[in-house]
Amino acid sequence: MVSTDSTTGDSSTSVGLEVSDLTVRFGATVAVDQVDLDVPAGSVVAVLGPSGCGKSTLLRAVAGLEYPASGSVSYGGRDLAGVPTHKRGFALMFQDGQLFEHLDVAANIAYPLRLRHSRGHRSRLAQRERVAELLDLVGLEGYADRSPGTLSGGERQRVALARALAVDPRLLLLDEPLSALDRGLRERLAAELHDILRAAGATAMLVTHDQEEAFAVADRMAVMRDGRIVQSGTLEEVWSRPADGWTAQFLGYATVLSDDRARRLRELAVPTATWDSVALRRSALRVDPTGPLTARVEEARVTPDQIRVQLDVDGAGSLPAVADPGTDVRVGAQVRVSLDTSRIAPIPQGI
Amino acid sequence: MTGLRSRRHNRLGTVALAAVPLAALVTFFIYPVGGMLARGFWPDGSFAPGEVLEVLARPRVHRVLWFTLWSAAVATLVAVVAGVPVAFALHRLRFPGRDLIRALVVVPFVLPTVVVGVAFRQLIAPSGPLGALGLDGSAAAIVAALVFFNISVVVRTVGSFWEAIDRRREEAAAALGASPWQVLRTVTLPALLPGIVSAASVVFLFCATSFGVVLTMGGLRYANVETEIYLLTTQELDLSAAAALSVLQVLVITGLLGLSARVRRSAVPVDRTTRPLPRPRRAHAAVLIWTAAVVVFLMAPIASLVIASLRRGEGWGLENYRALGTTGDRNALLVPATEGLLNSLGIALVASSLALVFGSVVAFLVSRPAGGRLTGVLDGLFMLPLGVSAVTVGFGFLITLDRPPLDLRSSALLIPIAQAMVALPLVVRTVGPVLRSIEDRQRQAASSLGAGPFRVLLTVDLPVAWRSLLAAAGFAFAVSLGEFGATSFLARDDRPTLPVVIYRLIGHPGAANFGMAMAASVVLAATTAAVMFAVQRLRVGSIGAF
Repeated sequence: MVSTDSTTGDSSTSVGLEVSDLTVRFGATVAVDQVDLDVPAGSVVAVLGPSGCGKSTLLRAVAGLEYPASGSVSYGGRDLAGVPTHKRGFALMFQDGQLFEHLDVAANIAYPLRLRHSRGHRSRLAQRERVAELLDLVGLEGYADRSPGTLSGGERQRVALARALAVDPRLLLLDEPLSALDRGLRERLAAELHDILRAAGATAMLVTHDQEEAFAVADRMAVMRDGRIVQSGTLEEVWSRPADGWTAQFLGYATVLSDDRARRLRELAVPTATWDSVALRRSALRVDPTGPLTARVEEARVTPDQIRVQLDVDGAGSLPAVADPGTDVRVGAQVRVSLDTSRIAPIPQGI
Repeated sequence: MTGLRSRRHNRLGTVALAAVPLAALVTFFIYPVGGMLARGFWPDGSFAPGEVLEVLARPRVHRVLWFTLWSAAVATLVAVVAGVPVAFALHRLRFPGRDLIRALVVVPFVLPTVVVGVAFRQLIAPSGPLGALGLDGSAAAIVAALVFFNISVVVRTVGSFWEAIDRRREEAAAALGASPWQVLRTVTLPALLPGIVSAASVVFLFCATSFGVVLTMGGLRYANVETEIYLLTTQELDLSAAAALSVLQVLVITGLLGLSARVRRSAVPVDRTTRPLPRPRRAHAAVLIWTAAVVVFLMAPIASLVIASLRRGEGWGLENYRALGTTGDRNALLVPATEGLLNSLGIALVASSLALVFGSVVAFLVSRPAGGRLTGVLDGLFMLPLGVSAVTVGFGFLITLDRPPLDLRSSALLIPIAQAMVALPLVVRTVGPVLRSIEDRQRQAASSLGAGPFRVLLTVDLPVAWRSLLAAAGFAFAVSLGEFGATSFLARDDRPTLPVVIYRLIGHPGAANFGMAMAASVVLAATTAAVMFAVQRLRVGSIGAF
């Protein structure tokens, strides 16, 4: 059901969105710098980057809300230059929903349907059925008559999502869709958003600064920094092989080691490996009586799941690690440590 | 316990603070207006409402009411239709010269009504550039002048609403497949509606109470309620009839102000993006052409005024300006016109200071978040001078403040106080929204860090509000410079203000006096325009918006 009733109805739907060599300037500043990005039909791609990296401008350029200085945006093989926003067959969902306050929930969701109805596509009854279906999809049955002002942040985002999905857009553009929500709700809604997008068979491009949101919702990601895409690929590819130290740290790796320290750790723990730089998750090093490394405890802090420690690892210096609850890790104690190679990522170059 | 005490302390402080402007309002507005009305209802010391009601049955009064209503309604409609596209161009697009045009658009609003009347007559007089249209003395000319005067209210009010609409909402609609026209109809207009209704009700109010324009252009054929009150009080001395019309006016205006306030209360979304405004594209050509046409319409009377001021007989020259140092042909004035200008400047200085002090106190009180009903009442009370005929205020001053305990007849403060009352609502409307925009938690944070109430005011409110205070003072100054309704009653012949001088000069025969009136109008217009340009530089969004 991938965008079968999209506005163009062309046959090459598997091609999806292709951004090539796109540059957007604001006066002297280059917000988006020669970006290439593909969103294959039926996939969800996250553009991940810190605020100010140009990811929202990229999204707006795809939507037709910014005018590129050079490069092209095409969908299904068709260049979209000169196609105004409302004729692109996309849908855009903002961080704060941007619901129409003067319309109730049902009318908000029916808004794009009514636009089509005026071109003779859907009957009023069909519209109402579709609204009910969408409310069901986003888990808001019975909310049809509510006014947007009475909804919580999470509910508003669900309504915005239903509205965006209403006409089966060829491409769904999500601008930090969950960032305005609090943590617990964000995690739950991220999982739901993943399921809803798959159930609707949607093609989507998501921009966010939150790597957890990207991991929870997308199946491909592109990391953006200072207007450029520094790395892209499947979640697994990006996660297991960060392009550089900055990317690794932005993805949530706790430490990046290079040069001597990296080499020493490699010789001590994984002599078979070949990397010169490495990124470690906090849980990569674990206090383990059978481990190959020795260390002295510098700091220990108890959390509900584990004990977080800072170790002075012999030969590799001060590094964060974890210990199981109940382990004896008093400050100053000598412990043995093992390295979990599934929680480290080699890095091609240093920081 | 200390909390309770400090809360009571706060409330006492609020009441004490409110007492100052309230006392001024009661003494210098409610008392004179009440006195004027009482004079009508108790003509010989006994209550005679019958006479007042009888007035409303007169055919002439019906004619006056009908003209007031339809001229104001048509002018409002035209001003809204003309102004809304301009509001878009000036508040939603970015192009070179935009700020200059924004300032130009506001100038007509602060131009003295007498000058507007004179300028339009000059334009459409049989000898003027548009004389061939035969509009001189017609109702259409009056409506055009009212539109000229009020377009800026529509542009500023609707423009400030337009600026507040989050553009991403319109972008979301466009991305969902709405064409620009559909976005306008289904998203933008519903969000603008409160602004449009608010602007329309204020414009209607200004048109229905317009004095100088109708007095100078209406001649003997057209009179509205305001000029009729003037005529009844000064020419026919029929105070009962004048009181009847004043009461009617107050009732209608209060209702309108209430409607406008209710509409305004509906939530306005705040634009959180700081994205720069877009530059115009080809699709905006129609709006830009429309804007240019409106600017031409606004500038044409002013240009014709300037041309007329430079004309003497068959030749050109600055003689009319040189004549401002004299008392006019056949001594039309008691003092030279230049002295009128000095009087005007001095009076405006005092009046705007008074309006600023009282107005900012009121704005401060009505912007307190925890005010509730009381501040609503306060807000409405201080808006009253907007709606009460300035003529009624002026005449009320004359008959109530002329004997002990308040004998101000010969006081130099009489005119400044009257003008301050007229300018007061504008100060409140300019400063209030800015103070209200300050997040109250900032004040709470400051006081939790040890700042006392005065310190909070100084360190949280003032840094945000000083621009708007300065702008409001300038705005009040400009309004006071051009005030004519109340001043025409109170100004003595040996101490006139410039608008009074102009009115006197055009009332006297002779080309020399007319030329002098033109030159004086240009000087007055240029002075107010200069003040407004300075105010415009302060970039306060609420200035001139209602």
